[in-house]
Amino acid sequence: MSKLIFEKNHKGSNSFTIPPADIPEVDIAATIPPSFLREAAPHLPDISEVEAVRHFVDLSHKAYGVDNGFYPLGSCTMKYSPKINEWAARLPGFSNIHPYQPAQTVQGAMELLYNMQNLLAEITGMDAVTLQPAAGAHGEMTGVMVIKAYHQHRNDHHRTKMMVPDSAHGTNPATANVVGFDVIEVKSNSRGLVDLEDLKSKMSPEIAGLMLTNPNTLGLFEEEIQDIAAVIHEAGGLLYYDGANLNAIMGISRPGDMGFDVVHLNLHKTFSTPHGGGGPGSGPVGVKSHLADYLPVPLVVKENDKYVFDYNRPQSIGKVKNFYGNFGVIVKAYTYILALGAEGIKDAAQQAVLNANYLRQQLKKDYHIPFDRLCKHEFVATAKTQMDENGVTTLDIAKRLTDYGFHPPTVYFPLIVKEALMIEPTETETKERLDDFLQAMSAIAEEARNHPEIVTAAPNNAVITRVDEVTAARNPIVKWEDNF
Amino acid sequence: MNIPKNLLYTSEHEWIRVDGDQVYLGITDFAQHHLGDIVFVELPELDTEVVSGDSIAVVESVKAVSSVYSPVSGTVVENNEELEDSPELLNEDPYTNHIAVINIDNPDQLEDLMSPAAYEAFCAEQE
Repeated sequence: MSKLIFEKNHKGSNSFTIPPADIPEVDIAATIPPSFLREAAPHLPDISEVEAVRHFVDLSHKAYGVDNGFYPLGSCTMKYSPKINEWAARLPGFSNIHPYQPAQTVQGAMELLYNMQNLLAEITGMDAVTLQPAAGAHGEMTGVMVIKAYHQHRNDHHRTKMMVPDSAHGTNPATANVVGFDVIEVKSNSRGLVDLEDLKSKMSPEIAGLMLTNPNTLGLFEEEIQDIAAVIHEAGGLLYYDGANLNAIMGISRPGDMGFDVVHLNLHKTFSTPHGGGGPGSGPVGVKSHLADYLPVPLVVKENDKYVFDYNRPQSIGKVKNFYGNFGVIVKAYTYILALGAEGIKDAAQQAVLNANYLRQQLKKDYHIPFDRLCKHEFVATAKTQMDENGVTTLDIAKRLTDYGFHPPTVYFPLIVKEALMIEPTETETKERLDDFLQAMSAIAEEARNHPEIVTAAPNNAVITRVDEVTAARNPIVKWEDNF
Repeated sequence: MNIPKNLLYTSEHEWIRVDGDQVYLGITDFAQHHLGDIVFVELPELDTEVVSGDSIAVVESVKAVSSVYSPVSGTVVENNEELEDSPELLNEDPYTNHIAVINIDNPDQLEDLMSPAAYEAFCAEQE
């Protein structure tokens, strides 16, 4: 374990001195009311510059990201973030502007926002797009608020329920709940898809809509999507597309063509901007024309060859974020789309699907695959064999993977599969890297058979070994006790 | 799976013990087993008026955070404060350690609850 920087405190280490003031000193206590003054000086560690640098460099070495290695976190699309994106976002015309500048002085940035709205509309098959939401769940909330506004504007006040499949991302029911809907769960059938009969039996004039991910969290394409859309629309509901899994189909099929009315995207997943560690994210929302009036203000529009912010949208749900969204992230995603082009976007989706199917086929030798047929960008394996035969769980396998230098996949999700390992390799991984991962998974399966104690005690080589999660949760120590 | 014969059950894996106008409410062995080590219990406040279907408590384990729902309408007359310091009691003996006692408004609501046999079949279907 690393020491905290506070534990590296040595009185007198800090060699910096502040030069004598060349202006008269002011007595702070005489100028600021006592209630605003702290009683004691802050306890900052006394540490030399080089030790402070070493401390943080040491911590940075312990972090693990996609720039370190394979990161197959299912439904998170941890694809590589191309460095050209960073170059573009740092161009002075983008990085040195201020959101309070008049629009006519930042026409280049405005044009980028305008083009991005159109590109995302084209990719998703939608008619209008807002770039404002700060991340995926925020986009979901915006999209579901738009659905609510649509029903309310039609004086359809009885639609108090939102349908969500039992395989959905947890954010879907959470979003519906936050926006004020009661959640109705729709069952999956034996093929891992939405059970159309269950859906029909739960339809009613109280249903505001259905939130669906396609491909779903099992990595399976909802083949009956057009029938699902018909059931929802005939009952007056709207169909919401959770864009977390768009990477599997971008450039090939479009939510708009499948019958979806609202889409949110995760630029930090599908469109390669940094993901995790505060990103930040970006969660644009696209809608069909009948919902466009409800989008947040402002949208960027073009008037006589000039780009302007359109605030004159009286049905709008209002602003969902200050200014215009996470602009730097939008620049990076825009760069990605232009760098790939229409063909490249399609290629990326196909490679992502190919990589997932390669892993699925190869992993079958050692691991149970509950829905073993052609998948999209991800698939679910389980530790059923290892658990039944050797008492080794998915958690143990995930921990052991860190010993082999890999980030584990998503575990114990989706909830409808026991001991789930949800694996999404993404398109940017080479076959050699996928083979390294397969070798590790195979080695772990071998260990589970012959020396299960190695797997159940893992991680054995990591910086932090198996954490006692129960004690940590029951008696958390979240604050360093000050010993200065 | 331990399913005592003297209790009633809900599809949310709560047990109910009827005692006159009052019901004792807790989570079942199935629930504690699937939740894993329970690390925190948020109890209902005394005198809270609940409507059947309301979430009255929250049980947090290392795996998940789950709501506990009241299948009956009424008033919370007791909460088991021992669980605040010792949430593990729900793992050790889920049927002795209730979460709350509710004074029920309408005893007819008890008729919607599952018998031990029905609950056993329900759990088997969930496995």
